[in-house]
Amino acid sequence: MADTPAPELHWPKDPKYISQSTRRIDAVAKLTGKARYSSDIQAEGWLYGMILRSKWAAARITSINCEKALKVPGIKAAVTVKDGERRIHYYGEELAAVAGTSKTACLDALRAIEVKADELPFAVREEDAMKPDAPKVWDDTDSNVSKPKVTERGEVDKAFSECSAVVEGFFVTPVQIHHPMETHGNTVSWTDEGVTAYASTQGISSVRDGLAGALKVPNSQVRVLTDYMGGGFGAKFGQGVEGTLAARLSKEAKAPVRLMLTRFDQALAVGNRPSSFQKIKLGATADGKLHAFQLESYGTAGIGAGASSAGGGGGADFPAPYLYKIANDNVRVTQTTVAVNAGSARAFRAPGNPTASFAMESILDELAVKMGVDPLELRIKNDPNKERQQEYKVGAERFGWKEKYKKPGSSPGVIKTGIGLASATWGGGGSKNTRGEVQISPDGSVEVRMGVQDLGTGTRTVLAVIAAEVFGLKPEQITVKIGDTHYPPGPGSGGSTTCASISPAIFDTCTNALQQLQTQTGIADARGENWLGACKKLGVNPLTVQGKWQEGLSSRGAGGVQFAEVAVDTETGLVTVKKMTCVHDCGLIINKLTLESQIYGGVIMGMGYALYEQRVMDRQSGVVLNPNFETYKLTGLSDMPEFDIVLLNMPERGVIGIGEPATIPTASAIANAVANAIGVRVSSLPITPDKVLQALGKVPTAKPESVS
Amino acid sequence: MNNSDPGKAGSFSRRSFLKSIGTTAVATAAAQTQSIAAELEKANAETTIGPGAVPVTLQVNGEALKLQLEPRVTLLDALRNYSSLTGSKEGCDRGTCGACTVMIDDTPVYSCMKLAIEAQGHAITTVEGLAKDGKLTKVQQAFMERDALMCGYCTPGFVMSVSALLKKNFRPTADEVRHACVGNICRCGTYPRIMEAALQAAGVATAMNKTEVITYG
Repeated sequence: MADTPAPELHWPKDPKYISQSTRRIDAVAKLTGKARYSSDIQAEGWLYGMILRSKWAAARITSINCEKALKVPGIKAAVTVKDGERRIHYYGEELAAVAGTSKTACLDALRAIEVKADELPFAVREEDAMKPDAPKVWDDTDSNVSKPKVTERGEVDKAFSECSAVVEGFFVTPVQIHHPMETHGNTVSWTDEGVTAYASTQGISSVRDGLAGALKVPNSQVRVLTDYMGGGFGAKFGQGVEGTLAARLSKEAKAPVRLMLTRFDQALAVGNRPSSFQKIKLGATADGKLHAFQLESYGTAGIGAGASSAGGGGGADFPAPYLYKIANDNVRVTQTTVAVNAGSARAFRAPGNPTASFAMESILDELAVKMGVDPLELRIKNDPNKERQQEYKVGAERFGWKEKYKKPGSSPGVIKTGIGLASATWGGGGSKNTRGEVQISPDGSVEVRMGVQDLGTGTRTVLAVIAAEVFGLKPEQITVKIGDTHYPPGPGSGGSTTCASISPAIFDTCTNALQQLQTQTGIADARGENWLGACKKLGVNPLTVQGKWQEGLSSRGAGGVQFAEVAVDTETGLVTVKKMTCVHDCGLIINKLTLESQIYGGVIMGMGYALYEQRVMDRQSGVVLNPNFETYKLTGLSDMPEFDIVLLNMPERGVIGIGEPATIPTASAIANAVANAIGVRVSSLPITPDKVLQALGKVPTAKPESVS
Repeated sequence: MNNSDPGKAGSFSRRSFLKSIGTTAVATAAAQTQSIAAELEKANAETTIGPGAVPVTLQVNGEALKLQLEPRVTLLDALRNYSSLTGSKEGCDRGTCGACTVMIDDTPVYSCMKLAIEAQGHAITTVEGLAKDGKLTKVQQAFMERDALMCGYCTPGFVMSVSALLKKNFRPTADEVRHACVGNICRCGTYPRIMEAALQAAGVATAMNKTEVITYG
């Protein structure tokens, strides 16, 4: 079975469902309200849970008293995160939690908790935290700045002197917040028998391990369930402080506790994309080949950055130079991270990559302008990847690059149009630890089981498509059971690795099962129309077969190129994206429909990074100023451009993954298009109207460095 | 609680209004003094609603939902946490994301911004109430066919906003769909498909976006 050496597997040459469009098998459940998300769980006797958070950016807590909270009618339990004195490092850090019979009771109880604290100095902005006399985020360090990570290869200074064109720039990217529509949270029941958690997570296994560790309960006594969850984008791998608190409240109250964060909480404490400040220098020789690259950068991952071992040592790094080939590898990179008094970063869709891309693609366009060459030609000349070479060609043709490209700033009138492009690279690939199980019943029904979760990417449907393909059935005939740590282990949904992990594993599982079914029943080909007859021959017991991830069905390395067309109103500064042409490859396509949806999603999230999203900290009070959707702006339906999506199918490479590459180049392409439209560059994201007007010299009093 | 008739809670706002304008009205409209005074006396005689739980009856998806709720409980809280109707989602709880959108008498409303007691006496439709006898509505069907959903958490809100639009406007333009959905947010980025689904459900031709698979090499 699972451990016997499997014969070499190959994806079917002429598939019926693989690479086609299959409707989401859970669409009906989601469209009718029947799907129960983690925040919808109503366990018997469940209680509402809520968290009290620090209103100080830095403080020493001397006492927390929950007595009055426990007297509020309906309140069944109250716990502190830590008893006794403790240090608080950011606005929104968890202090205590309550559980009660209603939300209103919990709101009353949070107000009744008495916290005594001595406020401490803090620094919430990178430039403030970097000053030698800045308040220290962590007590055990004498600086908020980490030791620089230095990479030097080739002969950089000599190489720059050999260049015929050298450009320099300073680029800034903001802290971006994940904001999945369903907030973080769990419904947890902790009894003598163990812990059951309905978690809104993209990693049921990592939540199980995290809960077991935090609660000191054996892994075997923790079960994590995630039937449906409302998005994660990298921020939902662990149980979080909120998960541990829910469990402790449950034990205390002897009842299941549903503790979901508020939208406000969501902006403070459960992750973000680190900021970056990048001083970059790029040179090329007369033939247009990139010849030398230099980068000095810093950025913050909140308290998770900087020099302290307590806070973690990194988080704000990113790949550099990004994607393009520098001759003889003449590269000098110096990266540091700065701790500030703000919530810690977490993985965020293609960590580091959109950040790296923005500066690299921007400076590349500056170089093209300086050299008087077409930015597309410059990329074609310096991109070593052969798939992307085809993508430049296909994309440019469909987009009409040659016809549309004009000298920067030459668009006439008040509303100026411009175009830009940028590229993406991503690893992806599968996890070899992935296992699956299939149960075939004598009545012909099929249940596929895997301990994976559907982040919204269509994981359930992928499993159904592959099982249906192997058995000669229809995807809707397959029952898919996921989101339970009792099933064979699946991967966490991250790094664009889910599809490349689960597809080979379930293909192996189903192939094994088909062979066994045929051997056991003596039917040479049990697929399709022979299915029912074969299954009937199983007798009384269903056939249950396991399988595992196999080599050769997936690979790594996905790329893409995106072209953007924008209109910039030079009187209001407003940028409108008119068109996005996106050409992507991700190996073998499993489900075209949901794959396209992921590309739309990546681009739309990238539009937010380009134009709207940024966490704003107040340097005076240390609070997050925009912890809601009124002031933290997300892309909306009315912002939609025209889309042209092209998928480069490469079945011979096997499954790779697409979630992340789709979001990497969007903001860079848009930023380049804006610069092409108005003839000057807005070098910090998001490109808000005020920055456009400032770049156009229409805001005489603004200081150029006033970027938060 | 003295207030055992849930219907009376509906007169809450009128009574408060009378109380607030009472003095001025009495002074300036002599002819009506007597009747207003009588109204006021009657209003003052009634018990204040809350802060404890009061009986509330909601007409949800054609059925009466009888609940005991504090007057400060929102319609969203009532649906999700005092009954099993969890289809309406909580994304922000302050009227900014639209995941909680329901229809009240065919008008799309953020249920997180409406007190449950205020919603009494109206026909409330949630996403659970759309499909009849297991048959999806045209809007739901189009959302499924166009894959206008990913994680699905914002989906009930969008379905309600689009359904409400199509009840009033059978053949909307793309701009009208944009306007109808301006109060809904999707983080997965399903907007182009929601647009397509809305227009498809209305039977309006749509070809704004292109997608294509080509072979490498």
